[in-house]
Amino acid sequence: MKQQLVKNAVGRMVPTAVNGKEQVAYMGVGKYKPTGRKAAPPIASTGDYPCDGNKVVKDLRTALEKVGLRSGMTVSTHHHFRNGDLVSNTIFDAAAEMGLKDLVWFPSASFPCNAPLTKYIDNGLIHHIEGSMNGPLGEYTSRGKMPRGLGVLRSHGGRYQAVQDGEVHIDVAVIAAPTADPFGNCNGVTGPSACGSLFFSLADSQYADKVIVVTDNLVPFPCVPWQIQGNYVDCVVVVDKIGDPAKIVSGTTEITKSPDRLLIAEMTARFVREAGILKEGFSFQAGAGGTSLAFAIFLKDMMKEAGIKARFIRGGSNKYLVEMLEEGLTDYILDGQTFDLIGVRSMRDNPRHVATSPFTSYNYHGKGNFGTMVDCVVLGATEVDVNFNANVVTHSDGLLLHGIGGWQNCLFSGCTILPIPSFRDRIPVLLDEVTTLCGPGELIDVIVTERGIAINPLRKDLLDRVKGSDLPIRPIEEIKAEVEGICGGKPARAKFKDNVVAVVKWVDGTLIDSVRQVAD
Amino acid sequence: MARSEAGRRGKEIRSDCWIALEEKASGGSTVAVKSKVASMYGASLEDLIKKGLKVFGIDNAQVEIEDAGALPFTVMARLETAVRRMRPDEKREFLPDVAPATLYGTHRDRLRRSRLYLPGNEAKFMINAGLHKPDGVILDLEDSVHPSEKDSARVHVRNALRQIDFMGCERMVRINQGNLGLLDLDFVVAHNVHVVLIPKCESPDEVKKVDARIAEAKKRHKAEHDVYLMPIIESALGAIRAYEIATASPNIVALTIGLEDYTADIGTRRTNEGRESFWAREQVVNAARAASVQPIDTVFSDVADMEGLRQSVLEAKSLGFEGKGCIHPRQIEVINDAFAPTEDEIKRAKAIMLAYEAAQAKGLGVVSLGSKMIDPPVVKRALRTIDLAVASGKLAENWREIQ
Repeated sequence: MKQQLVKNAVGRMVPTAVNGKEQVAYMGVGKYKPTGRKAAPPIASTGDYPCDGNKVVKDLRTALEKVGLRSGMTVSTHHHFRNGDLVSNTIFDAAAEMGLKDLVWFPSASFPCNAPLTKYIDNGLIHHIEGSMNGPLGEYTSRGKMPRGLGVLRSHGGRYQAVQDGEVHIDVAVIAAPTADPFGNCNGVTGPSACGSLFFSLADSQYADKVIVVTDNLVPFPCVPWQIQGNYVDCVVVVDKIGDPAKIVSGTTEITKSPDRLLIAEMTARFVREAGILKEGFSFQAGAGGTSLAFAIFLKDMMKEAGIKARFIRGGSNKYLVEMLEEGLTDYILDGQTFDLIGVRSMRDNPRHVATSPFTSYNYHGKGNFGTMVDCVVLGATEVDVNFNANVVTHSDGLLLHGIGGWQNCLFSGCTILPIPSFRDRIPVLLDEVTTLCGPGELIDVIVTERGIAINPLRKDLLDRVKGSDLPIRPIEEIKAEVEGICGGKPARAKFKDNVVAVVKWVDGTLIDSVRQVAD
Repeated sequence: MARSEAGRRGKEIRSDCWIALEEKASGGSTVAVKSKVASMYGASLEDLIKKGLKVFGIDNAQVEIEDAGALPFTVMARLETAVRRMRPDEKREFLPDVAPATLYGTHRDRLRRSRLYLPGNEAKFMINAGLHKPDGVILDLEDSVHPSEKDSARVHVRNALRQIDFMGCERMVRINQGNLGLLDLDFVVAHNVHVVLIPKCESPDEVKKVDARIAEAKKRHKAEHDVYLMPIIESALGAIRAYEIATASPNIVALTIGLEDYTADIGTRRTNEGRESFWAREQVVNAARAASVQPIDTVFSDVADMEGLRQSVLEAKSLGFEGKGCIHPRQIEVINDAFAPTEDEIKRAKAIMLAYEAAQAKGLGVVSLGSKMIDPPVVKRALRTIDLAVASGKLAENWREIQ
């Protein structure tokens, strides 16, 4: 079937329909105003559940049968176990035994450990995957191997929005939980597979028709704290092991050793200071990469030197943020996910280390969200263009390799900074036009490269504030030209086939860009 | 027909490439490109290789390139090395253009607080070296290059000198010892080298040979820039002859010491306290001062120990050294800061300079500050302190106006 495409407000061609549902093309930041009411799951009755609260069934297949999993349904999972997830794949193994087909997998993100699922796409068990794709599954999609459906890339906030607004209806949610009670109350902060928060599955618990909790640490009622409430849960399954702890906390927890990246991190921290963002009661969020970690450490030294305390720091948390909390450099950590076991321990034990959800932090279709209240965020990108548009999902060779995570949602902060090398080996990062547009330039304020800092001309206030500092402020075009000189000219653009294989959603559910199949 | 290879490939390789070249009797040339950046620069890589084959008059060849994001100057160096390995008498060169940003000079008395060693055959450390603002970069052809890659490294360093913007850093090359080093000079001298480091220098004669070879190469290439020398004392004999070495050529601007080899030579091991090398270091300082060149200290090799580095620089400064070697960019700032003059030193230097300038303005031959007479060497030292303070960001360039 020929795909119908329309041009959206940033000039990108996007499909009019995705996986059988009509779409709205991106209209601009804050332009699309949805109407109507939110989705809702069917009404349940306590009379249908055991009075003793015991919802435990003998295994995952039994649970899937009990909740009525059928061909064509949508199954959701969370990615709190990151690359150590031992549950998602087994759902589809069980579904294969049940002889099902055409399921849609709706994870909050996928990781290389989920690569074995491609065999189920090949044989028709899985119709398509809707979710941020990391690594092998992204490449698989980019090569046109998921022909029956389009990949749909959403931010963490966008996923909550899509479920809440009824764009995605979850038939069965499977929530792997490091600790649960027989009623289905569960959390991620205790147990041998502790991962921190479980809130990437908050929307799933609230809006799915049926909810299954899978745990390897069943405790008698009550499981406290109950991050996910058992009142949403249909069945509980106990298995030997839900995650590999060594891989659960597989985010980058090593500070970069690259002198160039350290230079970028240091310049970023200096920018935050010189621009007057670093002041008593401020807030920031830094991503999980090695450069972001180094930024936080440089910033910490500056905070100590100036005697400044933050009101809150947004996680992904790690031992460095926990140290700042414990040394009194911030009142709170508001944390979406934990990247190491020290983060998990702190979230469990320290009332000032608070687990936040995609609803509180990121959902655009709410009455505000925390993301807009952060003074500055420091994020990564694979490419940035001269209009400050940025890409986080594809590489310059056109392959889909990363999910969006909270990246789009964070762009609404007071000052969005992307510390990135101006080129990687011979791959220019500053371009005339990004391969895939994931974030509009009007929300991206500062690009910090090893060769200079480019400030978005829309941010005259920032330009004024750093005037007279010794920071190397340069026009983005000038840095780009220098990089092209080093790399031996403008790079050719990746070659694609005509067909769209995935779409990128903006935070409001509209389509901001498409990803096409890479040419052979 | 003849076949040769150059460069490196493998998972851990970055910013480099491997090239295999096989000459054919007929059939024209083909280039098989396998590259991490194929979608962006695949076509331009093929063009570059074909252009290179023409330079060497190769009409029929099969070239394979496996590329991990090598910049053009590295690709060109690898191709040239492959050609030279196939044809040992090849004299033609496949030269990248001279980037305008590389065309700056140096001067005899410039600051040489920090000099960053960069392995000559490894592009990835060179490309951004200038960003870290050392006073000098040393493209090394000696210890950091495997003996089997010496031919490859000198072509690579030559190309780097023509292409990389070191952002005002003094451009140094450490050549090999003996005849190998003289051959190195033939490749690099014409390409705006500022300083040549002579390793394991033990006699004035070695300096003179290097000097003569540089003069020949300059003449051959009609190069006019000064090429300065920095002998490295790395043995007991070198230390004994330090003054003769330091005065062996008018082109010598600095004398330095390498302690790893020196301590081995005197039959001991290097310690943090450095008692075993105290005499040699002071010998180098005194020889350099007597010859009116800069005494420069050895490297500090523990890249993780920043406080140890700072202490070692303060000690070097107290012994009379003006500079220190770096093996990691993060050492640069620590070194430059530690060599910076103290507030008291700056205050005194400013007073001396103002008194000197006032005396000059009045046409007085004698400078006095308070009740004290000030000798010319003291004025000279004050000027140096002011320069250092400005370079270290501790004093504004226009401090007289702010005064």
